[in-house]
Amino acid sequence: MSTIKMTVNGKSVSAEVEDRTLLVNLLRDTLNLTGTHVGCDTSQCGACIVHIDGKAVKSCTVLVGQANGANITTIEGIARGDELHPMQAAFRDNHGLQCGYCTPGMIMSAIDIVNRHHGDLDEQTVRHELEGNICRCTGYHNIVKSVLDAAGRMKVAQAAE
Amino acid sequence: MYETIYHRPTSLADAAALFAKAGDATYLAGGHTLIPVMKQRLAAPSDVIDLGRIKDLIGIEVTGDALIIKAATTYYDITQSAEAKRAIPAIVHLTTVLGDPAVRYRGTIGGSLANNDPAADYPAAVLALDATITTNTREIKAADFFQGLMSTALQPGEIITAVSFPIPAKAAYSKMRHPASRFALTAVFVAKTKSGEVRVAATGASSSGVMRVPAIEQALTANWSASALDGITVSSDGLMEDIHGSAAYRANLIKVMAQRAVADAG
Repeated sequence: MSTIKMTVNGKSVSAEVEDRTLLVNLLRDTLNLTGTHVGCDTSQCGACIVHIDGKAVKSCTVLVGQANGANITTIEGIARGDELHPMQAAFRDNHGLQCGYCTPGMIMSAIDIVNRHHGDLDEQTVRHELEGNICRCTGYHNIVKSVLDAAGRMKVAQAAE
Repeated sequence: MYETIYHRPTSLADAAALFAKAGDATYLAGGHTLIPVMKQRLAAPSDVIDLGRIKDLIGIEVTGDALIIKAATTYYDITQSAEAKRAIPAIVHLTTVLGDPAVRYRGTIGGSLANNDPAADYPAAVLALDATITTNTREIKAADFFQGLMSTALQPGEIITAVSFPIPAKAAYSKMRHPASRFALTAVFVAKTKSGEVRVAATGASSSGVMRVPAIEQALTANWSASALDGITVSSDGLMEDIHGSAAYRANLIKVMAQRAVADAG
């Protein structure tokens, strides 16, 4: 057992857990943040993606000890109160989800993609960058549209700040 | 996953000492092979020693005629390195076609080499560029390092600290990616050293791991061009055969990937 201390969605948390605990299990089972999903559990599908110190990472393949002291952001931590994050809003407006299972991972990945490319994205780049996130419903078409739409919105939002 | 004890040392000496003290320890780098294997209960180390926070193991530099990448440098940091791009752009290209963005944030070059998966990417670059692998106890030449499927010259407890790639005159990497796993169905790294030696390594093809391809090396030594390989036949002896492709298919892929790589290298 170890004491794990981290910042999750801006709040300091501390938990006493077994060393073999995966980050995704700490988030879901201990902290009740069940927005982060477990899909394949083999680091292929991306449903479990969260940000560790700003980087989109598959939390089913991270031991809690590796994330000890880190700053974690999950899907629950990106809206500002009632105001959706621009990426969430774009997914809603563009019908970027069907069953919704992959969506939290898609959105966390997509925010990282927009940040890394400073909002300068085209369709081909988005499709390439999303290769670590699997969706079995949409055929990706509206997901790509959502990310491109959000890239524009995030640029505008950043410029306004 | 079975129970284990996690350690996060901050120095190489501490890491080696923890390993020596533990019953059945393993080192953890990015964890994107080790953790899935532990989850499947195919590995059950008593202790997991995380090398990811040891500052001496992170960084990229160019010294003289070599690009040196320290072992715990992540794929992402390699793709972002202006020095690596200037020195050996083929290594940066190889890194961008490895895994996916989330995996590239975690995976490390040292972890990939220590694991020596038969379809991993870096072993091809290390063998083709005749790189030297530095550990906490010695230096190992590429030809001696890879010892077959998932097997290397590393002794228990030994830690890769850096990889030194001699900067070549020309080099390129061409990969047929498996679309789901993103591992190499077959990929080829071609290099021409500054002294004119041609070295070609294929990964994803042989059932005993990364291999050099003498027939292609000879043809490219005589004539460095894609068309020089038109008449070459690569033997399918010892190549992998699975649901994704036959040995003959992989043999042909070695040639085609080599041709594409030579064209890319210019």
